[in-house]
Amino acid sequence: MGSATILYPGDGAPLMDGTTQYNEKVVRQFALATVVWGVVGMAVGVLIAAQLIWPALNFDVPWLSYGRLRPLHTNAVIFAFGGSALFATAYWVVQRTCQTPLFAPKLASFTFWGWQTVIVLAAVTLPLGITQSKEYAELEWPIALLIAVVWISYAIVFFGTIVKRKVKHIYVANWFYGAFIITVAVLHVVNNLVIPVSLTKSYPIYAGAVDAMVQWWYGHNAVGFFLTAGFLGMMYYFVPKQANRPIYSYRLSIVHFWALISIYMWAGPHHLHYTALPEWAQSLGMVFSLILLAPSWGGMINGIMTLSGAWHKLRTDPILKFLIVSLSFYGMATFEGPMMSIKTVNALSHYTDWTVGHVHAGALGWVAFITFGAIYHLIPKLYGREQMYSVKAIELHFWVSTIGVVLYIAAMWIAGVMQGLMWRAVNEDGTLTYTFIESLVATYPYYMVRLLGGVLFLGGMLLMAWNVWMTTRPVATRAESTTAVPQEG
Amino acid sequence: MSAFWSWWITLIALANILACVWLIRWTARKRPDEKPSHETTGHEWDGLTELNNPMPRWWLWLFYISIVFGLIYLLLYPGLGRYEGLLGWSQYSAWEEEVESMEERTAPLFAEFAERPIPELARNDEAMQTGRRLFGNNCAVCHGADGGGRTGFPNIANNYWQWGGEPEEIYVSILNGRQAMMPGFGGAMDDDAVEATAAYVFHLSGREVPEDLISRGEEHFGNYCAACHGPGGEGNKALGAPNLTRDEWTYGGGMDSIMTTIREGRQGRMPAQKDLLGEDRIHVLTAYVYSLSMDQRNEQDDEDDAE
Repeated sequence: MGSATILYPGDGAPLMDGTTQYNEKVVRQFALATVVWGVVGMAVGVLIAAQLIWPALNFDVPWLSYGRLRPLHTNAVIFAFGGSALFATAYWVVQRTCQTPLFAPKLASFTFWGWQTVIVLAAVTLPLGITQSKEYAELEWPIALLIAVVWISYAIVFFGTIVKRKVKHIYVANWFYGAFIITVAVLHVVNNLVIPVSLTKSYPIYAGAVDAMVQWWYGHNAVGFFLTAGFLGMMYYFVPKQANRPIYSYRLSIVHFWALISIYMWAGPHHLHYTALPEWAQSLGMVFSLILLAPSWGGMINGIMTLSGAWHKLRTDPILKFLIVSLSFYGMATFEGPMMSIKTVNALSHYTDWTVGHVHAGALGWVAFITFGAIYHLIPKLYGREQMYSVKAIELHFWVSTIGVVLYIAAMWIAGVMQGLMWRAVNEDGTLTYTFIESLVATYPYYMVRLLGGVLFLGGMLLMAWNVWMTTRPVATRAESTTAVPQEG
Repeated sequence: MSAFWSWWITLIALANILACVWLIRWTARKRPDEKPSHETTGHEWDGLTELNNPMPRWWLWLFYISIVFGLIYLLLYPGLGRYEGLLGWSQYSAWEEEVESMEERTAPLFAEFAERPIPELARNDEAMQTGRRLFGNNCAVCHGADGGGRTGFPNIANNYWQWGGEPEEIYVSILNGRQAMMPGFGGAMDDDAVEATAAYVFHLSGREVPEDLISRGEEHFGNYCAACHGPGGEGNKALGAPNLTRDEWTYGGGMDSIMTTIREGRQGRMPAQKDLLGEDRIHVLTAYVYSLSMDQRNEQDDEDDAE
């Protein structure tokens, strides 16, 4: 990634005229990693979507079986693609909004290589069947330890930069990045307290319902902090930047930030409705999930209303389209989530493909879209270009992936509601109307539509990879540096 | 849950909710030095600025309504520590009530079926519709949707029976389950003996095997296998020892599979359905399983008559 012989803006010593030199090498590395892992993670997703229709696509090779590739897919898109995007943007945003280069640049460089090592180890161990079997926390204890070390380094770099900032106030994006970094550290450590029995096997220190509760306290907050708070940090920088408008409401930021991070903490039990989990925990999980609706929408409102006075830009700027549509999907998914946490709705939706559709409304529509927007915004700046190599390709990427998401989530909604209704249908004689296999047969057409949606989304990702490649290719004459800003004071 | 933890969770849950109310009201207050909403706050970061518009009224209402709803829910349902809620609802009693009411509705129907003999019930269309659904949801996952079985799970649609195919025998198999217990002989026999014995078993179902293996295998068979499977390999349904003279195999009939079976033994287990389905439903299910092999039964009856 990058080449030693090419000079990029922002990598050298402090400039002669006294302007700040930001550390952009690590941002470039993470930005490119985002694109690479996006392609890989989404390709694995497409493969396993196809395996659900044609199981023979595992070729009778254990390493390619669905049960092993599915965690590889989730880890690759959440932690490799999403994680790299969060590292890249947090490092970019915190330097610029604090007007100071990164604290501990060598440690920042370590977080890049450490995080990539984690990803490669995941890509090796998961297909080998080495797993803790906890959803989104599959990686075995030696890798989990490395994650903890990298994450604490990330925290040191990020908060170190905040401490040495040259502006008085801390920008709202950094509140969200900061909350995300601290909380993920706590979640990860608590959920990975295990007793190792060998290098590749360990057992949790929790048992039974307590273990399930700790896992879903982790699991739901991985959604709430990794996939929501972190990306809201991204939103709070790149939406106003790209729209060139001030943030809509400072006081709205305050209310929805504190409400969001305090209430998300309680929502995990809604993953365990109607189980052995004590009923008080289930009820609290549901109530807090419902109260979470307004704080979640606060972020959407603040993002979308920031566009007031600049709506016309949507017509011509595909990057802004990605950013704004991501907020729409965010609003939709955060409405759907509280609704699905209501016990009576959950009794229908739980264990069906509706859940899969809900997750992808958030993961594709919100997380991936805001990432696409942010990376398209960053890449030209990181490589000293005016804009991306092809703006038309961004436009095409936007439409292809929008159609892909809509096909995906609509197919999974229909499939999920259908499955839920089929599973609960009862005859006069008290027997179930349908066998499980009948509900599976009925789902096949929707699996096909979902696969098509996934293929389109992957196609868009490949288009992005090509566009990034063409933009970052070394050119004979380097564009003027646009990355240096005057130092305050 | 101890009183301490009950109070602890109740207080922090309510405190968090009420803190949100305070947060909204405190933040919404207009400050005297505040700039008009079309002007930015004066802070600037990397060219980014902020307005300070009031929070949208509809959004505040949404927030308040969800909080009120949540508090009412916690009043009515079990959620605050040991407090059980005004409605006295619980997932356990709700489930029990539902099962009870379904049982009340359907018990007379099954009681009526239970009075009819199984071979007769097996010809009753209505009962067999019910039986097919019971089978699909309780048995098909192992024995296959058509009862054809697969490796490790016997075919129960062909009138060859490991534990007996008379109505009463099938009924008992479903009611109480079955536990097969073929021991492994890998410790007692060397590889040659296992191979010869397997070859003999292979040959019992009328397939070609070299003569010298048969004679050696026959001796081992007499020593180790005949006690359960019978001197001619005809099986013993009282023990669940399969008949080895038909080319019908639960664990595969190739030489490799038979050798594995001899070496390691087989402990197939059919789980009991008594507590799950109750006797009357099992009666209908028995009739359905009986009906799966009805054609073969008729053919056999014809053959017996011809003899």
